[in-house]
Amino acid sequence: MRRIALAAVAASGLTVMLAGTALTDETNWGAYEVGDKRSGYTYAAAETRSIQDDDFENPAMLWVDTGQELWDTVEGEAGKACASCHDDAAVSMAEVGAIYPVYYEPRGKLINIEQRINLCRTENMKAKAWKWESRELLSMTAFVRNQARGRPVAVKIDGPAAPFYEKGKEFYYQRRGQLDMACKSCHEDNAGNMIRANLLSQGQSNGFPTYRLKWQKVGSLHRRFRGCNSQVRATPYKAGSDEYVNLELFLADRGRGLPVETPAVRN
Amino acid sequence: MNESKQYRDVSRRQALIVVGAGGLAAAGLTLLPQAASADAAAVDAAIKGLIGGKTPQAGRITLDLPQIAENGNTVPITVEVDSPMTEQDYCKAVHIFADKNPQPGVASINFTPACGKAKASTRMRLAKTQNVVAVAEMSDGSVYTAKAEVKVTIGGCGG
Amino acid sequence: MAKPKPRVKVPKTAAKGEVLEIKTLITHKMESGQRKDKKTGEKIPQKIINKFVCAFNGKEVFSADWHPAISANPFMSFYAVATESGTFEFTWTDDDGSVYSKTAQLTVE
Ligand code: HEC
Ligand code: HEC
Repeated sequence: MRRIALAAVAASGLTVMLAGTALTDETNWGAYEVGDKRSGYTYAAAETRSIQDDDFENPAMLWVDTGQELWDTVEGEAGKACASCHDDAAVSMAEVGAIYPVYYEPRGKLINIEQRINLCRTENMKAKAWKWESRELLSMTAFVRNQARGRPVAVKIDGPAAPFYEKGKEFYYQRRGQLDMACKSCHEDNAGNMIRANLLSQGQSNGFPTYRLKWQKVGSLHRRFRGCNSQVRATPYKAGSDEYVNLELFLADRGRGLPVETPAVRN
Repeated sequence: MNESKQYRDVSRRQALIVVGAGGLAAAGLTLLPQAASADAAAVDAAIKGLIGGKTPQAGRITLDLPQIAENGNTVPITVEVDSPMTEQDYCKAVHIFADKNPQPGVASINFTPACGKAKASTRMRLAKTQNVVAVAEMSDGSVYTAKAEVKVTIGGCGG
Repeated sequence: MAKPKPRVKVPKTAAKGEVLEIKTLITHKMESGQRKDKKTGEKIPQKIINKFVCAFNGKEVFSADWHPAISANPFMSFYAVATESGTFEFTWTDDDGSVYSKTAQLTVE
């Protein structure tokens, strides 16, 4: 199987190489490894891991700090701050980061954390929605999800969420783009292998929003999806699209049990 | 922890094989496009500009750098100079250079005896595989130097 | 760009003579002057924080001159001896002349 997958990748014009030793890796990764699931942390270089390990070395904590400030800031016609209704985020937001996306009855579909935050802004605060990938939305998402740091990812995929989960799963296994590759081609068939100069991980979502050394800033999971779609020369979907939110639920379930790491640091 | 280090070293060495020379140039391009690089001579000139005609000696500096940087955008560096850091005898400054960056100067770090320890860490950009040079100026006028090579592979993909 | 946001780690209390580790971060693009605008092809002008200073009770303890090779959202850690109670002041100076600052109190027991 592996050999076949590799041949397909090579044919699509990408260099993939087996790092055989990585596959027989016996390292104990502690909480970053649950069964055969491994966080992107376990594929990162030691230096990158050590930046994530210390909240005073992790530059993403600057975004979390900004989120904390925004949490207490009154905005909008209702004259409220997040804290007016939710008080202490450490208590009220303790779980959110581990259980989103969720099915949202009024819209008859899934919403993720970014969308939940913007719902509160438009409906409860009578304030403008924050733009996707804006400093504000990234900071608040990182802040909210950081409250659940260490909790195992535990999304709901049954009941009304089930059909959306199925759509996300379909998306994950569907080949696309000029290179005709699915998410699976890289993150399941080739996790632990090199692609160009990158060590492929399982493509887990537990650390988002993430500080990427490449971006030199914090970015959302949907930005990452867009990048992974573009790499196989497929047209990316819009950040916040139903397709990506469904995919987000599938990925969360795929990484079920891995701890929320937000804000992670990755290459 | 030891074990994990070993694991990384193996896979990163292989990364290098795949990247090869072309890949390294490409990494330089994405990071700092269209820029001419400095060279060892430019670094020497920059050092002369700072310390005059003195001849730097080897020793006393510990340079902590990754052998292979995962991403040239963010390469951690720690320098430590062996010095008692008293009013009579202390390390005044450490200058850091990268000989293949478009501009060789990275940072100048200025200590006082109130630091207690001549040790500091920061993160820097490296356009490609190159030598990182540290030059330490002591309060008695003596100058020390140390050098280490950092290999830089392509940073990231897509995104 | 939003106003740069600093973050510093300094112990709140220390014994006299103790050597303290201080860690600092600040949001800043550290635009190197080497990048080109993808759309226009023009060079994006350099705009970095070029100076970082840490002073204690008004006296400089540590400083650094930064060049464009310092990474975005710059990190700097270093040491300081706890001599007396007082205030650390951290300042970052931008190419455009702006100064960003943050203070931290230290109690020496
Ligand atoms: C006027 C009160 C009010 C304000 C102000 C408000 N919210 Fe909410 N928020 C709510 C209510 C009510 C709910 C629960 C809605 C529901 O269960 O459907 C909620 C739900 C949430 C949730 C989901 C919680 C969960 O367990 O599913 C998040 C996350 C959230 N809010 C974030 C924010 C943020 C961030 C802000 C500030 C930008 C904010 N809220 C401002 C009233 C408010
Ligand atoms: C051509 C190979 C390739 C394909 C196909 C691909 N990715 Fe990726 N992806 C990468 C690379 C390379 C990285 C960065 C290294 C790593 O973590 O694997 C990455 C990283 C990620 C990450 C971040 C992991 C972390 O720990 O931060 C996620 C999430 C992700 N991909 C999801 C996806 C999804 C979802 C798809 C399908 C839409 C997909 N990828 C398709 C190559 C690919």
